[in-house]
Amino acid sequence: MAVYRSIRDLDWTLLIVTLALGGLGVLQIYSATLATKWEDAWWKQIIWVVTGLGMMWMASNIDYHMLLGRVTYLYLASLALLITTAVAGNKVFGSTRWIRVAGFTFQTSEFVKIVLVLLVARYLTDVKTAGSVSWKDLVKLGALVGLPMLLVMKQPDLGTSLTYLPIFIASIFMAGLRWKYIAIIATVLLVSLPIGYHFLKPYQKDRLVSFVYPDRDPKGTGFQVIQSRIAVGNGGMWGRGTKESSQTHLGFLPVPHTDFIFSSFAEEHGFVGVVIALVLYFLLIMQIVQNAQTATDKAGLYICMGVAALLLFHVLVNVGMVIGRMPITGIPLPLMSSGGSSTWSICLRLGLVHGVRWRRLVN
Amino acid sequence: MRLLKSDPRRDERIVSQRLPRDDDPKEAAGKIAIFQYLTVLVFVFLVSGFWQLQVKNPELYSEAAERNRIKSTPLLAPRGKILDRDGRVIVDNKASYSLLLNRDEIKWEHLPAIANAMQLDYGDLAGMIRRSASRPQIIVKDQLTRDEIAWIESHQDASAYPEMQLIRSWRRQYPQDGFAAHVVGYVGEIGEAELDSPQFIDYHQGDIIGKDGLEREYDKTLRGVDGQQRVLVDNLGRERQMEATQEAVPGKDLKTTLDLDLQAVGELAMAGKRGSVVAMDPRNGAILAMVSSPSYDPNKFTGRITRKEWSQMANDPGKPLLNRAIQAQLAPGSTFKPIMAIAGLEADVIDDKTTFHCAGGASFYGHYFACHLKHGHGDIQLHRAIAQSCDVYFYNVGNRLGIDRIAHYADLTGIGRRTGIDLPNETQGTMPSTKWKLRVSRQKWYAGETISVAIGQGAVTVSPIQILSALSGLGEGGKWYKPHLIQDKAPVLLRQAHFKPENLEQVVSGMYGVVNEWGTGHAAQLPNVKVAGKTGTAQVAATEKTKGARLHSELANNAWFVAFAPVENPEIAVVALFENGVESYNAVPIVRDVLKAYFDKKARGGSRITQNTQPFQAPRLFAWLPLSGGALR
Repeated sequence: MAVYRSIRDLDWTLLIVTLALGGLGVLQIYSATLATKWEDAWWKQIIWVVTGLGMMWMASNIDYHMLLGRVTYLYLASLALLITTAVAGNKVFGSTRWIRVAGFTFQTSEFVKIVLVLLVARYLTDVKTAGSVSWKDLVKLGALVGLPMLLVMKQPDLGTSLTYLPIFIASIFMAGLRWKYIAIIATVLLVSLPIGYHFLKPYQKDRLVSFVYPDRDPKGTGFQVIQSRIAVGNGGMWGRGTKESSQTHLGFLPVPHTDFIFSSFAEEHGFVGVVIALVLYFLLIMQIVQNAQTATDKAGLYICMGVAALLLFHVLVNVGMVIGRMPITGIPLPLMSSGGSSTWSICLRLGLVHGVRWRRLVN
Repeated sequence: MRLLKSDPRRDERIVSQRLPRDDDPKEAAGKIAIFQYLTVLVFVFLVSGFWQLQVKNPELYSEAAERNRIKSTPLLAPRGKILDRDGRVIVDNKASYSLLLNRDEIKWEHLPAIANAMQLDYGDLAGMIRRSASRPQIIVKDQLTRDEIAWIESHQDASAYPEMQLIRSWRRQYPQDGFAAHVVGYVGEIGEAELDSPQFIDYHQGDIIGKDGLEREYDKTLRGVDGQQRVLVDNLGRERQMEATQEAVPGKDLKTTLDLDLQAVGELAMAGKRGSVVAMDPRNGAILAMVSSPSYDPNKFTGRITRKEWSQMANDPGKPLLNRAIQAQLAPGSTFKPIMAIAGLEADVIDDKTTFHCAGGASFYGHYFACHLKHGHGDIQLHRAIAQSCDVYFYNVGNRLGIDRIAHYADLTGIGRRTGIDLPNETQGTMPSTKWKLRVSRQKWYAGETISVAIGQGAVTVSPIQILSALSGLGEGGKWYKPHLIQDKAPVLLRQAHFKPENLEQVVSGMYGVVNEWGTGHAAQLPNVKVAGKTGTAQVAATEKTKGARLHSELANNAWFVAFAPVENPEIAVVALFENGVESYNAVPIVRDVLKAYFDKKARGGSRITQNTQPFQAPRLFAWLPLSGGALR
């Protein structure tokens, strides 16, 4: 099939937007970590982005149907990976999310996302849906997605585990759901929220409380939200530039190069910069959706929509958190936040999408 | 192949080992559109959030960021000192410490402990913080004691009470025992009502401002401009670098026209009495001394005074807060007679030869009006009528003039007008006339009422500064200068009356007779200096009741004496009001003491007290002041 793929047929929009966001991320990491202990994060990020592009290329070259065929093994492998992480992982900031391989630490839960995208796509193409997913399939698929979710939740990493949900929801929505089911799922979610609250760790409860009442304890749990909002507001229309962004450079912003990178970006580049960056993310999501529409089969559609929904969820929760419209969950902003696992993971997912596009003209 | 709804195999699950090739993703187009709308919604939601934070009110957050990174400590400016005419310090500042709370870091659960350690009422403290919601820093306690400072220093670190900050401040130091309290006034925290008024537009909540007296009148001169020390700090409170320090600009000193020597004599003479003494230079209106008794201790006001203390002071029957010198409104009694004399002469209803007979009283309009001398003055002319204060003579003058002509001339001398002295809340007094009565009570004037007014009773009321200005202006040849308390002010000529010089001379010579020729004020005689004056015994209530009222009884007559000297060219004029002093001669020695102190000091060649840098502290007895012997008697 490779003969049909040409340079002209590359998804240039996807590539350029991905590169642009990665570039913005590197610049922002450089500027936000000047004279801090993370000073070397920017060139590491360059390595992650460059290698990530390689992975993207690799993922686009693999026929996703082959991956779908082996999804059972991938799924079992990722469960094993999560269990290994729980047993032999590195504990950082009180939670065990990373395993060490050859001097690098990897966040295993990031890679599980890819497997879940494939798993859901495979499951839904296997069942003859004919307009709506049956109740039994819903429960089965829910259990398949729920198992790794539980494992990640136990790390504890509620934020990442929640990112698995949009993959599931978007795909079953695409496969077709009866309104009755939608109503039932919504009810179950609403009822489980207050129950689930009791199972949260104390710090997670604090985060939720301070999301609703950030001014209750401005020096404690509300600190990050308040400081992030101040940083964003301080940016104003045109931004403060690198030198004048005091929130970022005097340490008032927590982790200005990872989870709160968009906050420091907003302080330095203002509303104008924010709109440019958000437009890039919007373009990226819309391009993925475009690829979903032109996919040659439903599996391709599910893959694209799973990736799009996941990205949308990431942007909503991370950027929403920066402006205090979402609770603090500690999930990164794909392509901009510093970190190898999340960069590789998003690149691999975009590679899958790209692969779907390449194969749209088959036959 | 698509399965139709009616197909019986619709619900059968066909699991094929090969991936189905015939599925058509196009059927999801509608759902994809829904997803796209959702995406648009999410981005609109996010962008609107940024719009609100970054564009709608950017100052809010840039100020918050500034507060984050800049730790600013106010450098409080000391107020200007208040000095007397020789440069001696009347009001000074003493360095002290204040406790400041940084609003952003206040934790409500800390407040009870802070209130307890600072001996503040928790409710007061919480109220203070709530009231000054617009200020990032709130001074909650001034004049900290050693124990309080120690407590703050041991608790103020970031882990315990990060909101607390100890700053240097200034405490206003006033003379003790209410010395000159009414003139200098006091300072206090700006009130809500003041903040709302346009004249305090430059002031902020929590500012200390002059509340009364010179402190209030010259607040803009006295108050300095607070500075600020700004330090760039990081999130751990570590100081990164000094930002520009804005030095405090101290307030300007206020050099007054007061003479502490005369003030002390006046205070001493009024000790234990109710009333007022004012000494003024009639050539320019400079006030040399101003005493109002009883007094209050302004030092009590410099802290944040409690409500109880305040109401105690405000409800005191002796009215210690009232500055009687400019706020008392009392009948002038016989001190009004020189004004009647000039009015009669100028209106040509009398001359120096006009003779009336005093038989101890006379009848007008069917009423009998008594003279203070029961057996009468006999046939009497102007000079003796002033000197011996014959009531019957002035009843007749008043009767000939009529109320409106009296009012016209009294108005020329300043009766019924504010003098315009540079102190707040001066009262106007009353000079009745037919128009005035019509306006106030919608009734016509009865000629009989004129008779009382002619001897300074009835509706006519004055403040000590008013009658002093009125009579001393006659001594100046019909020139009235605006009384003032600040040295570098050019004298302001308020009015000049073009009275005939011979008429003025006759009035002044009558007043000279009061002191020097068997008159009512002979106790004011001074060696080598010719003093002229006029006594007054003003009734407080109806005559029958006041008979036998004793000294200090609230029904007893008020004693007045106004004098100026030297008579040829007056350079000092003094008024004494001794409330419930029964007889005018009780007021005369008070004036005499002040006059004597003035001329003794002049003979010495000015003040023997050189300029000192120590704050002026008036002790209970002013023994240390090198006053003239006569003053201490």
